[in-house]
Formats: sequence, structure tokens, C-alpha cells
Amino acid sequence: MATTQAGIAPRADQAGTTPLLEVEDLRVEFRTRDGVAKAVNGVSYTLHEGETLAVLGESGSGKSVTAQAIMGILDSPPGFVTGGKVRFRGQDLLTLPDDERRAYRGRSISMIFQDALSALNPVFPVGWQIAEMFRVHEGLSKKDARARAVELMERVQIPAARERAGDYPHQFSGGMRQRIMIAMAIALDPDVLIADEPTTALDVTVQAQIMQLLADLQRERNMGLILITHDLGVVADVADKIEVMYSGRIMEQAPVHDIYATPAHPYTKGLLESIPRVDLKGQELSAIKGLPPNLTNIPAGCEFRPRCPYARDICKEQRPALQEVVPGRFSACHFAQEVLEGDIEPAQQ
Amino acid sequence: MTSNPPSSEVVLEVDNLVKHFPLTTGVVIKRQVGAVQAVDGVSLQLHKGETLGIVGESGSGKSTLAKLLMRLEEPTSGQTYFHGQNIYDLQGRALRELRRNIQIVFQDPYSSLNPRMTVGDIVGEPFDIHPEVAPRGQRRKRVQELLDVVGLNPEHINRYPHQFSGGQRQRIGIARGLALRPEIIICDEPVSALDVSVQAQVINLLEKLQDEFGLSYIFIAHDLSVVRHIADRVAVMYLGRIVETGSDTQIYEKPTHPYTQALLSAVPVPDPSVRGQRQQIILSGDVPSPANPPSGCRFRTRCWKATDKCAQEDPALTIRPGSDHESACHYAAVREDVVVHH
Repeated sequence: MATTQAGIAPRADQAGTTPLLEVEDLRVEFRTRDGVAKAVNGVSYTLHEGETLAVLGESGSGKSVTAQAIMGILDSPPGFVTGGKVRFRGQDLLTLPDDERRAYRGRSISMIFQDALSALNPVFPVGWQIAEMFRVHEGLSKKDARARAVELMERVQIPAARERAGDYPHQFSGGMRQRIMIAMAIALDPDVLIADEPTTALDVTVQAQIMQLLADLQRERNMGLILITHDLGVVADVADKIEVMYSGRIMEQAPVHDIYATPAHPYTKGLLESIPRVDLKGQELSAIKGLPPNLTNIPAGCEFRPRCPYARDICKEQRPALQEVVPGRFSACHFAQEVLEGDIEPAQQ
Repeated sequence: MTSNPPSSEVVLEVDNLVKHFPLTTGVVIKRQVGAVQAVDGVSLQLHKGETLGIVGESGSGKSTLAKLLMRLEEPTSGQTYFHGQNIYDLQGRALRELRRNIQIVFQDPYSSLNPRMTVGDIVGEPFDIHPEVAPRGQRRKRVQELLDVVGLNPEHINRYPHQFSGGQRQRIGIARGLALRPEIIICDEPVSALDVSVQAQVINLLEKLQDEFGLSYIFIAHDLSVVRHIADRVAVMYLGRIVETGSDTQIYEKPTHPYTQALLSAVPVPDPSVRGQRQQIILSGDVPSPANPPSGCRFRTRCWKATDKCAQEDPALTIRPGSDHESACHYAAVREDVVVHH
């Protein structure tokens, strides 16, 4: 089993260390009746041990599809990975045959989903489902596997774990079900945990419990955590680094403190400004006008141009690449420098 | 909101409203073995032009309350007065008149619009039931006006819901709610299903419409920052009861009920610079079942202040010493370390 040493956590900005996970120029498309939807169009990011990377985006931005491609659980057809690399400790997972790749799933990279009720099997007791991880992957006996399952349920703070191991998913509350899914995900001590909107369906007080649990587990096991979310609040609380996705591409990438203080992309800026703020009560919220583009027909030039208040002629013609604006900060905008410095006027429309 | 401050005229007064759903056993001979106490003694007032925010988690009874106020459910006991008249006494024509005046906008713009009806039919359907509002010949024009008011293209009147995005669908729902020119609109989680960038558009629209038509809103949501933005007054619900109520500043800046404090502290703040600067209260366990709520104070099983008194005496919702708004806690006290100051 892959084990990691706690206590010597290499940080993201530590040069020279091999990243845990490297996604390079990943491309995914869905071939549907209505045409080809380009869901992911050249996404690259890296994740180090003990690091929390937040992937922020709205519905249709490609954030979940990227994660599914990393895990190798993309529904295919209609989904196809059409390019790019996903390297785990240097090994490209996309070129591996299915059976070799399966060895990475759960053991190296594992994932939790938004909707625990549909992710768990309704006809088996939860203890049995967690124990299955040990029986299948580690060949433990039924009895030992069950004991390990109960231990894990205790670790994720399910009260009366021993008694409740025989209960079925529907007998648990939403928060408890999410804990069970987390228990399954960490069962084989993975190095990377992908959490896809883990708290979106939960109440705020339960969300706080789950985020705390994830943070504790991450620290304890020195996991790399990819947190996929649309909630700017959750991101601000836990992330080290943020990738802002829009229309299947990364629009901005930066350390968490920088991005909230001084966004370098008009989309990020628009998102941050559309959050209701106390000091602006009674005033109109500044909303981003319009709608995200249709993925079967992404406009030429910059994807965000039709909604961008600063769009100029060049934005119509050239798609801006993700480029370093200041050290450690990347933005896919022709006017990234100006946006960062607040030195740009909205275009005349 | 800013331009039209709420007046003192009360449009809706709720007095000790109770809704228990019976739990029965037996197939042939049914026997009641208990009751889900969904709403258990809620009183509140709504003024003209005001937005009353109701916050609470799942199971707090906020959606049952909305149904009671629409008279989609009959209460077990208690009254709701609309302009002084108890709505549960109304029948026939008077009831229809009431229904015209209290409308609702639902959470899910995907399931609340009939996929087989055109936008024109959806928005115009209320006129079938209340033909006095728009004479037959003028309906189409009226629907187009409504679409224009909510920021949709009036030429899209013959399109179907699936041709619209989530935010646009919510606008269709709002247009339908406005069709009969109601005095009150109950917004049940109107923006929860929408993306952040679209959420702001819909909130702006709701505020604009309130100014334009002098509407009163009951705004039910679990997102506390949205409620803070839009509400003039806020009521916090827990297990079928209001535990604290006051102006938005009173609730958000000087909460006195432990549940409100825990709720506020649990909300992630979209500002990494305050990370670690505020106290986060992590409540243990889940909300107890409303079929079997705790004795005395309903929050006591998760409360860090609970004593024997809390198990025996049900705390009343009154103004407590040291505070200027109502709180249902024996030990109500302002706690500021959970609040983010700007």
C-alpha cells in the first residue's frame, strides 16, 4: 500500500519535487446527437502532497468532467478523452491498459461525489460496502474486512459505528451518508482525493462538519486534495491554490489569497463582485450579464468575450492563452495585467 | 428596498400557527401513533413593501410554513390574517381572491414549469382561473408585457421551457408569479438552484420588481448571505419554531441564540484573509426528528449552553435582557466572535 510520510509536507511552491498529480493539456469531448460538445479544452494543473487545489467553476465549465477523466470513470461513449496527459507520480495513466489503471483507482486516486445517496448501493448495508474495499483490493477475510470498516466509520465520526454498520444508506442522514462515502474513499489510503461538490447538497452546519473532517483527514494522511466546487466561500476557507474554469478552460490560476484580493481575469472579478456583501446592502448586485456559451458552439476568440465588460476587438479574433502575469499567477486574458492593476475601463458598447 | 422603505401597514399576520402531520399505523384500522411537528407555534408579521427572510436548515419547517401561508395546507391550529381576515375561514370567491394576492416562486425552475406548455401558456395560465385580471383579447399582450418586465424577450412567447437556461426559467416562474399582480410573493429558495453569476441577476430582478410594484416578499432560503442582502427582517427557524427574529443587522451582527450563532459561524466567508480569525462553532450530530423533538428547548441536544432548565422549560420567543430583539433562549447573550466585521 502506498504510504506517505506525515510531517514533511512539501508545499506547492517547492521547486524540484515531483508533483503527485500532473494534468497536462487535457481535452475531453462528448459526441452527442446535437453535435460535439467540447467540455474540456486543454486543462493543465499540478497537485502536490498535502496541498488543496480548488477547481472553481459554474455548471458546464468542465470541472467535474476533468475529474472524471483523471479518475478514468468518464462515460464513454459519449465522452472521449481526445488529448493530453494525466501523470500520477510521473506515470501517464491515460496510456495504461484498463486492468493496470484499475490498480490506481481507490488506492492512488480516489473520489467522493456530491450525491451520496445515489453513489452508495441501496441494497447493501454500508458496513458491507466499506468492507468490500478491503475484501476486493486487499484480500482480507470477511471478518477482518468488517472490523476495518467499523474502524473507518469511527474515524469519520459516525456515532455507534458498530451497530450502524448493518444499516442501509437510506437509514442515514445526508451528512452521515457523506461520511460513509468519505470512509470508502479513504479506505485504501489514497494519495489524491478528489472531492466533487462534497457539501453542495448539505445544510451549512453539516457542511462545516464535513469540511472539517476532510481537512483533518488530509492533514493526517498528507493527501493531495482536489476540491471541485462553485462555492466561493468554501474555497476561501480551505484552498491553497485555485483554478477558475470557464467553458472547459482554465481562465485564472493563483494562490488563494491573491485571487480574492486582486483577480487577474474579468470572469473571476465578475464572480467575486456578484457575491452579496454586507457593506453593499441595498445596492444592486453587480451581476455578470448573459449566459455561459453553448459547448457545442464555443465562440471564436475569447470564450468569455460575449459577457466581458472589458472586451475589445482583439478578444473577438484571438483566444488568449493562459499566461503568467506576475510570478505564480496565470490568467487567460489579453488585458490580464490591466485587470490585475484595476487599470482598465469597461468598453463602450 | 432603498427607494421604498417598508411601511408600517401589516399585510400578513401569522398567529401561533401549528401544523402536525399525523403518523399512523395499521392498514385497516388506522391508529395515530404520533405526529411530525413540522411547524409548531410560529407567529410573525409581514409589512407592506417589506422582505422577511426566513432561514433554517432542512427539516426546520420553512417550506411547510410557506405552504400554510399559501393555504396549500390546512393548519392544525392557529391563524393567518391577510389584511385582518383569517385566511383559513375563507371559501369560494373570497378564497380565490386571496389566492390571487399571495403567489409563490419555487426553487427548482426545471420541475416547476410544465415542459409541454409554451412560455405564453405558462405565464398566462393564471388568467384562466382569474379571468377578471386580463380579458381574453388582451392576454397575449399582457403576457408579453410580463416577459419584458422580467427581462425576457417578449418574442419568445411561443418557446418551450427547455429552450431556456436555469436563470431564464426562474424569470419565467417569476413572471407567472407576477401575472395576477399579487401583494405578496413567497419566494421558496428562488436562487438556490442557480449558478453564482446568474443568481445575482435574479436577486436584482426581485428587488427591482419589489420597488416597482410595492410587493412584500417572504424570502425563504438557506443561503444566509443572500438573505442578508435582500431581507429587511430575518426569522431563524429550528425544528418548527422561530428561535430568533430581528432586523438583518440585529440577527447578523448581534445574534443571541446559540443556534443562530452556530449557523452564522458555519457559513464560509468568501474572503481568505479572515481565515482563522473567527470562531467556528461546529455543532455535533444532526437535527433531531421532528416526530420526536426534545423536551423543553428544541435546540438543547446540540447546544453547548444547555442545562436542566432547558430540558424542562420551553424558552419563549421574547426580548431578552441585554439585547433588543426576540430570542427563544434562556441564556440568550450576544456573541461577537462568530461574526465577521468589515
